[in-house]
Amino acid sequence: MTQLDMPAQAPVLTQDGRPLKASLSRALRREKLRAFVLILPLLAFVLLTFAAPIVDMLLRSVDNSIVPQTLPRTVVALELWDPQTDELPEEPAYAALVEDLREAVAQKMHTRLGSRLNYEQSGFSSLMRKSGRAVETISGSDVKGQLIAADSAWADPQIWRTLKLYSGTTTKGYFLSALDARQTLDGVEMLPEGERIYLMLFGRTLMMSLTITLLCALIGYPVAFLLAQLPMRTSNMLMILVLLPFWTSLLVRTSAWKVLLQQQGVINDMLVWIGLISDGNRLVMMNNATGTIIAMTHILLPFMILPLYSVMKTISPSYMRAARSLGANDWTAFWRIYFPQSVPGIGAGAVLVFILAIGYYITPELVGGTSGIFISNRIAYHISSSLNWGLAAALGALLLIAVLVLFYVYDKVVGIDNVKLG
Amino acid sequence: MKLATTLLATAALSLTSISVQAADLTIVSWGGAYSASQNNAYHKPFMAMKSGVNIINDESSNEAVAKLRAMNEAGNVTWDIVDVEGPDSQRLCDEGLAMEIDPAEWLAKAPDGTEAYVDFGPSMINKCFIPQIVFSTTFGYRTDVKEWNGAVPTSLCDIFDTAKFPGKRSLEKRPKKNIEWALLCDGVAKDDLYKVMSKPEGIQQALAKLDTIKKDVIWWSAGAETPQRLADGEAVIGSTYNGRLFSVIEEQKQPVAMLWDWQVFDFDGWIIPAGVKEDKLPLIKEYIQFATDTQRLADQAKYISYGPARASSQPLVGKHADLGIDMAPHMPTNPANQKNYLVNNIEWWADNQDEVEAAFQVWLAK
Repeated sequence: MTQLDMPAQAPVLTQDGRPLKASLSRALRREKLRAFVLILPLLAFVLLTFAAPIVDMLLRSVDNSIVPQTLPRTVVALELWDPQTDELPEEPAYAALVEDLREAVAQKMHTRLGSRLNYEQSGFSSLMRKSGRAVETISGSDVKGQLIAADSAWADPQIWRTLKLYSGTTTKGYFLSALDARQTLDGVEMLPEGERIYLMLFGRTLMMSLTITLLCALIGYPVAFLLAQLPMRTSNMLMILVLLPFWTSLLVRTSAWKVLLQQQGVINDMLVWIGLISDGNRLVMMNNATGTIIAMTHILLPFMILPLYSVMKTISPSYMRAARSLGANDWTAFWRIYFPQSVPGIGAGAVLVFILAIGYYITPELVGGTSGIFISNRIAYHISSSLNWGLAAALGALLLIAVLVLFYVYDKVVGIDNVKLG
Repeated sequence: MKLATTLLATAALSLTSISVQAADLTIVSWGGAYSASQNNAYHKPFMAMKSGVNIINDESSNEAVAKLRAMNEAGNVTWDIVDVEGPDSQRLCDEGLAMEIDPAEWLAKAPDGTEAYVDFGPSMINKCFIPQIVFSTTFGYRTDVKEWNGAVPTSLCDIFDTAKFPGKRSLEKRPKKNIEWALLCDGVAKDDLYKVMSKPEGIQQALAKLDTIKKDVIWWSAGAETPQRLADGEAVIGSTYNGRLFSVIEEQKQPVAMLWDWQVFDFDGWIIPAGVKEDKLPLIKEYIQFATDTQRLADQAKYISYGPARASSQPLVGKHADLGIDMAPHMPTNPANQKNYLVNNIEWWADNQDEVEAAFQVWLAK
């Protein structure tokens, strides 16, 4: 109703006669542009060094262009072949393959293709290397016979099925492997029970990161509370004790834990000396999940204490005094008044610790043995050792998705506004 | 005036630094005692011989293959010479990431005129690889274990005998070598190893054998871990590279001894990255020719107990530079040490690495 009651649509004008709205938005636009120019270097930096590599990584996890690029004619020739049959492709497919391989050999692409397909079926690596040498001598008719004579694997329909299955420019293969599944002619199927590993590692990474986060909160809270209560001078002194390990190299701290935790280590020696355990029954605290949890809780503790401390510092002591003067005992005053105000600090610390923990790999590698390693250890292995970058990218992408989902859940349950760094 | 002088001086300085940079040689290797031995045997004499050449040591050999692939994709190769193990050189050569070299052109003849490829013999495993040393992965054990009642392990299969030799074993967290060793001790003959491993039951058979000692194993991923564990008494027996054990035994005087039975030989050597700058090639060639000649390879054995890859270097292997002990008995290639030995089948592993590694990881996690 009120809108109808408004006087006629005459626009409000500024002094120079332009409509106020237009003039205002122009001024705002200029302001925004200036602000944008100011952040431009940072934006470019972030895009170039953060966003671009992530996008590149995500693309690698589905990229399969090496197959159609290296074997363009073969891919076309195979379109007519029905992989469901047990019959081999016809002569033209073999001729196309030999022609493709000749070009690939000149560019040394055939062995790279071999490594790519070897991820899907063992044996492709040497098959490509051998065939690469053989194509130079193949000529005339009956290319099929000659190629099979060079390597009998070409008479195996399974080889051709794999080739056909992975002839697209993109592939689901890496993501399926990362989820312990594989592509077959009849669709996707899970690997046999005894060959699954990644889902278990994802689960373990999440569980152990949660445990570490919880332990950090339990240990960090009293420390931060103490630091916030003490007079400035003492608390600064104690703060150095928190920060000193924070500034020490990660490797040094992890190695220190090795010295402490191993079976012939300081802690076991001490317990034997006191007589708490016998020499033959030394505790196994390292090269398993326990080792990873102890060392990582220690390493990540400052990330919990610091945000907690800075939040607690802002809680005015007068609230507690007021609560007490109204008849609350110490515990009630703490639990009803102090604790709720410190929750944003726990939230910030927990998010920090959890996200750092989920991507850790040096500490688990050094003290985790076999039962204390994370999914990131497998990612590192595929990046630097097996060179299966596609699988590493798929595992990384899944980890990224898991973090985003958890972050979303956290936002829904706790609320991201409820996180404060001070 | 003063400003102009400063500017001129800076310009002159940067010019000289450019001309020096032209003679920089970036050599990638493994770090630690190994790089030190190369520094003493190759780099220092080469720099003394060629003034103006500056060798920059980069210790990235551990991830050389991954980094070379990344450099190749980015089209910016910043390394000149890279030290890699045999299997890695095979992969780099296959993928076109390493240059193929002609031994007659790149390598010096033996002092008696023997062609280089004859002198290097079986160590020239592919067209890109310039061999330096033979090393082996073998076992070391503590000599003061009370529970062993004076017995010492003499055969590889004593690793699997936890009744006679109780205590923790330190093994590599990789299937390669462990699988072969397990099968050898499960009654498979050396010549049948890869035939058995090619069958799916073969790998399961090896893992079942490893199962018998699984609870006694601490796994390692870095070569330094076994020596450390042996010195701490954390493990009583463990596998690692023979040079690491030499330094625990002879340099650090720990109560540790070698078990050479069924040592696994590997080669280590240089590759030249494909796409290295054209104008650098003559200098690189000169360095390679110098650093892989008969005398230089023999010199390296003064600093570390790895065997030179040339036959003509063997008789020249002398005493350790600091300890003054004879190095020949500590070489993996010493006849007394290589009564039983293995050489990994690189081609088999290239084909089956992914599958066996997955099976091994699943087995580890069980």
